[in-house]
Amino acid sequence: MAARLPSALSAPGTSTSAGPAPAAERAGYLRIVDRVGDFWIVGVAALLVIVGGILTPGQELFTKGAWNSISGFSVEYLLLAIGQTFVILTGGIDLSDGAILGFSGMVSGATMQAMLNSHASGLLTTVVGFAVALGLGALIGFLNGFVIVKLRLPPFIVTLGVLTAVGAAPSLINGGTEVDTLPPQIGAIGTGSLGGWIYTTFLIALVATVVFGLILHRTRFGLRTFAIGSNGLSARRAGINVDRHLMCVYAISGFLAGLAGMMVMANFNVANPLSGANDELDAIAAVVIGGASLFGGRGNMLGTFIGTMIISLLVTLLPLLNINGSWTEVVTGFIIVAAVALDQVRLRLAER
Amino acid sequence: MAGLARPSGASAGAGDDLGTGPGGGGEGAPVIAVQGVSKHFGSVQALRGVDLELYPGEIVGLVGDNGAGKSTLVNIISGGLQPNSGQISVDGERVAFSSALEARRLGIETVYQDLALAPDLSVWANIFLGRETTVRGILGRLGWLDRRSMAIAAEKDLARTRIRIGSVNAAAGRLSGGQRQAIAVGRAVAWGSKVILMDEPTAALGVEQQERVGELVASVAADGVPVLLVSHNLPQVHKICDRVVVLFQGAVVANLRPRECSMDEIVSWITGAAVSGGRL
Repeated sequence: MAARLPSALSAPGTSTSAGPAPAAERAGYLRIVDRVGDFWIVGVAALLVIVGGILTPGQELFTKGAWNSISGFSVEYLLLAIGQTFVILTGGIDLSDGAILGFSGMVSGATMQAMLNSHASGLLTTVVGFAVALGLGALIGFLNGFVIVKLRLPPFIVTLGVLTAVGAAPSLINGGTEVDTLPPQIGAIGTGSLGGWIYTTFLIALVATVVFGLILHRTRFGLRTFAIGSNGLSARRAGINVDRHLMCVYAISGFLAGLAGMMVMANFNVANPLSGANDELDAIAAVVIGGASLFGGRGNMLGTFIGTMIISLLVTLLPLLNINGSWTEVVTGFIIVAAVALDQVRLRLAER
Repeated sequence: MAGLARPSGASAGAGDDLGTGPGGGGEGAPVIAVQGVSKHFGSVQALRGVDLELYPGEIVGLVGDNGAGKSTLVNIISGGLQPNSGQISVDGERVAFSSALEARRLGIETVYQDLALAPDLSVWANIFLGRETTVRGILGRLGWLDRRSMAIAAEKDLARTRIRIGSVNAAAGRLSGGQRQAIAVGRAVAWGSKVILMDEPTAALGVEQQERVGELVASVAADGVPVLLVSHNLPQVHKICDRVVVLFQGAVVANLRPRECSMDEIVSWITGAAVSGGRL
């Protein structure tokens, strides 16, 4: 064998030359598509803000009221989408997080009502209320993961079943009516704000985004979450306890749904049995718009944040433009398909 | 039936006296000793009483036709499969691996045929996956990664493979086949303190990269770590291996020294011609 062929000679016959990375060999326009893929959603968001702001009568989009509407709407979707990001990165899906939101909120509300009726202090009641919602959410999420892992069932099926069962449960609590006997602390969380610009609930959602974003992108747990979605077999061979990891991921999703339940309750100062219904689809949409692949392994928390804010923006923007609010869902639907299509195009490019 | 002829270790082949290989191969006590290992899948007998010893610094080729039992044997040594009978010793101590993880903890690293990479993870993350370095202190306890030190260490590991990889921060899936191979080999070299098992490491490579992997294998062995190389690439096996073990229908039929035999001879053992032809 001739020692040391120049790489230019070894390249043609062998598709696997160790020359420069394929990205560097690619034609310019393909590279642009590739690059744009990382940032297009930021562009969409910026475009929506600028064009929407110009088109709204009196530039109403740039008012405090519009911002409070956008940020207030985003809270529950943001919390659900954070958990959904972890789940989708593993290649799974959690259809049950909206149902968990509603159920844990109702159970927490009913618990707090019972405590107040037996003259417990407002503070203690609030603490217990949070513990119940977060604990119940995490427990149901863990059970999702447990069934998925132990019975080796598709996440879609398991969480669809939980969505159906848990989604109906709130109507069985408190006669299916709102719980409005809540401690004053709950209402205070809903109305509290920093200068009227950043409401407490939005602040909590922001903190959760940052904390879980750091967990995802800077810790061992996050790295392994990506690894499992990218190549589950490789992750197992690397010694990662994939089953335990998946149960944790679904528990996180449930935990955040429980927190979302408390935030919704605080916003309206009631526990409503209808809270969270259909929220899971918006959460999944936000994650996908944010650039996550439904096949797992790819996505990021900043994208999820932007995706959620785009959906929230549309919900506020369209009525300001005198467009029927239902168009939000139409537009969202198109953006989802566009996002997934772009993802597929990029994937094919990467494989060339 | 030819396959039932049970040559034990060296008796069948040319290389009976071990410990003479140039390049320091094959001295001292065996690092790994496989003794009488059998494995069946249902009624299919994949391995029949296989003996195999790997000495410090040796490069041992494991060859045989498809279905001869090469992958099964590698999987047993790497802990992925458990034998039905027989035993494995590492440094003279008997071991029983219930998983690949246990084998890895003892420094037995495998380069899998599919490379076992996570394509979406960076190069350094692939090298450290499952053995991540965390920062010191309380943040480290919580799993906060020391990305910098892992990236630097990964660069060093890959420098040994001498296959150029633009950046250790690039996603593994975006690299060429040769570069991906380099990651898998570099990872095994970085962690394999006892023995490195390679399952068709050059199958997906161009000529130049095959050469480089060959050089890498030689440099690993020169450091005293034996390498078990499963390959269909007989010219390469003949060129770089100190010893070639031939599996035929689940049994070791020959233990040859490439320097003392021709490639045709190896082929005749692989096909079974030598077994039935009475060349013993």
